[in-house]
Amino acid sequence: MPVVEMIVNGAAVAAAVEDRTLLVVYLRDGLGLTGTHVGCDTSQCGACLVLVDRIAVKSCTMLAVQAAGKRVTTVEGLAAGGRLHPMQQAFHEHHGLQCGFCTPGMIISAVDMVRRLGTELEEPTIRHELEGNLCRCTGYHNIVRAIRAGAAAMGAD
Amino acid sequence: MLPFRYHRARSLDHALSLYVEGADPRYLSGGQTLIPTMKQRLAAPSDLIDIAHVPELRGVIVADGTVSIGAAVTHAEVSGSAAIVGAVPALAMLAGQIGDPAVRARGTLGGSLANNDPAADYPAAMLALAATVRTSRRAISAERFFTGLFATALQDGEIVIGVDVPVPAKAAYRKFANPASRYAMAGVFVAVMADGSIRVGITGAGADGVFRATAIEEALARSWDPSAIDAVVIAPDGMLADIHGSAAYRANLVKVMAKRAVAAAR
Repeated sequence: MPVVEMIVNGAAVAAAVEDRTLLVVYLRDGLGLTGTHVGCDTSQCGACLVLVDRIAVKSCTMLAVQAAGKRVTTVEGLAAGGRLHPMQQAFHEHHGLQCGFCTPGMIISAVDMVRRLGTELEEPTIRHELEGNLCRCTGYHNIVRAIRAGAAAMGAD
Repeated sequence: MLPFRYHRARSLDHALSLYVEGADPRYLSGGQTLIPTMKQRLAAPSDLIDIAHVPELRGVIVADGTVSIGAAVTHAEVSGSAAIVGAVPALAMLAGQIGDPAVRARGTLGGSLANNDPAADYPAAMLALAATVRTSRRAISAERFFTGLFATALQDGEIVIGVDVPVPAKAAYRKFANPASRYAMAGVFVAVMADGSIRVGITGAGADGVFRATAIEEALARSWDPSAIDAVVIAPDGMLADIHGSAAYRANLVKVMAKRAVAAAR
């Protein structure tokens, strides 16, 4: 098996990984980073979103070897210095979750949304941009509120 | 997924030679269709040759009335390209409606064309814009490139390098997306070319995949107005029918989306 090297949440990691290993499987089973969830496993639900070179991608639809040499950020890598990331804090304050299963993907999606569209996000934009993130609790109202507030907080930071 | 060997191609020549060495190889671009297909074991290649980093497949150039886009350019890059937004805004808008943001971050133009899903968006634009597909062996018109459901003129080992798209006088794309998959139930790309000719490409609706709607083209040539499409008859024969919609439903959707596209064209 080839040794795959990448940067995960700021730390260099290297491991012998089968070519067919999905990035999400490597993150969860290889590195123990179980914050990234496998929801549908069919590229629909967005629970497995991670940032690869700052861009949100579905880690269930990417091989670990495809991420070789890249910087991967999972939900565990967002908080810094013992403080939640502003988007995480906003999900906490606005109760942007019910069961919490979709939450890591929602937060990664929201951080990517800010990267692409800026910190002032209107509600219709957020709802449209969330089309790749499914919440089976149908808790979208508070998720949308949380993203709007989290984006503004990222701007103020 | 069944086991396979992964190779990252450094150049076009490297990719072609890796292909020759493989027993049952496949090229991997963004992987947004191929990886799910392999996870379901509907495909099980012996070797995956990653061409996403091949420099010959990258880049966007607008010059002399033509937009040239590399095969490995992602949907997000097309959608956000100032050069494409300026030259063919309808094409940028189309790319921004494919799948969802994370799919657009990985999926590529070349992968979409080579897969030729009957509900994919790009093929309608390539047909309507009279694009030329450049491959590792030749240049081929979009009309001859798309040959049926998930079928193209690509030969074994041939790689799509990019497309050359003539800049139209005006164009627009409108699709009715399946609310679950976001694939087109009917997607219509209308274009008025620089010479004034009118071309209409339809995706998502045809039983044989993407096609040109010549009846709509002729009606629009007589009168460039959405109402010109009212009298056109789109026969349900030859339309796709599945759990998402009947042939008659899709035949009607083609006209509705065509009228919306004409109204939006600029």
